[in-house]
Amino acid sequence: MGSTMAEKILASHAGLETVHAGQFVEANVDIVLGNDITAPIAIREFEKLAGDGERLRVFDPERVVLVADHFAPNKDIKSAEQCVVMRRFAQQQNLPHYYDVGCMGIEHVLLPEEGLVVPGDVVAGADSHTCTYGALGAFAAGVGSTDIAVAMATGRLWMRVPETIRIVYHGELQPWVGGKDLILHTIGQIGVAGARYMAIEFAGPAIDALSMEGRLTMANMAIEAGAKAGLFAVDGTTRAYVDGRALRPYRSYRADPDALYARLVEIDASQIEPQVSFPHLPENSRAASQAGDVPIDQAVIGSCTNGRLEDLRAAASVLRGRHVGPGVRCIVIPGSQRVYLDALREGLLEVFVKAGAAVSTPTCGPCLGGHMGVLAAGERAVSTTNRNFRGRMGHPDSEVYLAGPAVAAASAIAGRIAHPDEV
Amino acid sequence: MTIQGRVWKYGDNVDTDAIIPARYLNVHTAEELAPHCMEDIDAGFAEAVQAGDVIVAGENFGCGSSREHAPLAMKGAGVGAVVARSFARIFFRNAIGVGLPILESAAAVDGAEAGHQMEIDLEHGQIRNLTTGEAYQAEPYPPFMMEIVQAGGLVPYTKRQLDAGRQGREVR
Repeated sequence: MGSTMAEKILASHAGLETVHAGQFVEANVDIVLGNDITAPIAIREFEKLAGDGERLRVFDPERVVLVADHFAPNKDIKSAEQCVVMRRFAQQQNLPHYYDVGCMGIEHVLLPEEGLVVPGDVVAGADSHTCTYGALGAFAAGVGSTDIAVAMATGRLWMRVPETIRIVYHGELQPWVGGKDLILHTIGQIGVAGARYMAIEFAGPAIDALSMEGRLTMANMAIEAGAKAGLFAVDGTTRAYVDGRALRPYRSYRADPDALYARLVEIDASQIEPQVSFPHLPENSRAASQAGDVPIDQAVIGSCTNGRLEDLRAAASVLRGRHVGPGVRCIVIPGSQRVYLDALREGLLEVFVKAGAAVSTPTCGPCLGGHMGVLAAGERAVSTTNRNFRGRMGHPDSEVYLAGPAVAAASAIAGRIAHPDEV
Repeated sequence: MTIQGRVWKYGDNVDTDAIIPARYLNVHTAEELAPHCMEDIDAGFAEAVQAGDVIVAGENFGCGSSREHAPLAMKGAGVGAVVARSFARIFFRNAIGVGLPILESAAAVDGAEAGHQMEIDLEHGQIRNLTTGEAYQAEPYPPFMMEIVQAGGLVPYTKRQLDAGRQGREVR
């Protein structure tokens, strides 16, 4: 019996010939990641691991990455103090990969871009969207703060080898359809717990043709189906993205043709229209054309899901020469300083500003109702982020509708949820 | 270890934004987080919950963010254990990691109503609904995970290994 991608990567990192789904292993971790919300707890727990009178060092300063992105630039005094905890720790431990305001990005946009994560890695991140790096062929899983405390100290972490669902996408994508639409549709099919404790392998002709940005968007939302990881095989698209960025040599893993899967799902991607997920679960997806009359107060374009250059291009192509509708606040958040600069050079930021949108420095801000676009009671946002749980973007009686950047931009113009062809 | 308290019952897919809204993630101690536990889905919870009370819920409890603040807020509020039909995996990891007892038992969930008295024998995974008199057996922890639970969480478990190594003994 062959092995899945997850089984192969975990076996190699556990020093074992093969592993099988359900097995517990202790895996070597290539990258440990924390942010301004999760790192303060991790640092507190890390200090507890020190021996008497010992100043504990991280297992490898090159492998610990800390990013101030959630409530940074600091939204209030308490957030500022949390950033201080992380900044001090980075200084004490001489961490070269500490990213603060001015050089940072939203972590899951930043790490692939900087070549910090490479194919074949095992990544433990104290952020649920760590699964984003599966797009590069890495086994990347969100874990808790205590988990990364242990991984920072030992370079190792316990893992349960997951079962895998293989999802195969056939056909060519319709205009305006991207990775976001594929993943929202998929979560609608399998449900928010459809891949609980499992890995997903994304495959098929439509995936082969998908850009790296589209794959990062899909892997990012694997967690919204409950998955531990969402993996893509390494191909020419991956290599074109990774080569020239990778800070370390990398290894490609492919699933064996006779690998054992928990479930096989086939999807005709040519039938998928631009999607919208209604409140309050990502699985409530439907075609944007079937949304009905849903007026909106705010549109957010950005996040670890859709804050990359391709996403901003899609939004700009809809907004160019048009204007955000009356009473709508449109907030565009490039995912990293590099994306910001590229968008600036391409003239995309000018398109957004002329269209009446606000352009922000990189931050997770509004996605989790932190800052930079929090909703009042009764307000409604269409957002390219990843979660539409109750109260996610602000008041418990506000609503979030998830969509890709083209639908979000079209909705900002129309003042209601709209298909890009409508504007 | 025996836990006894009143049942607080919730449905499927209770997410971590419901357990502790992100607007309170600018603090990170159990004491600071506790007053906001479950605030957006059950505003009276944090004030009324008593030490040892049990949260009983449906499928996929704790889905969403990786915030360890969720089990910490519950611990701070006095929650003795969570019994659910199933747990989201990061929440499961975090609960084990910080030593919040969690058990899976669909039958115990189906048989419990808000306000029932529940007693849990953690070591044997036994759940008793004292109001109805029914008893249930939860899914056992895998042996490896039981070691972490018995050590009091992942940090004490790891510290024991590291200390053994520091004393020159062989570490697993």
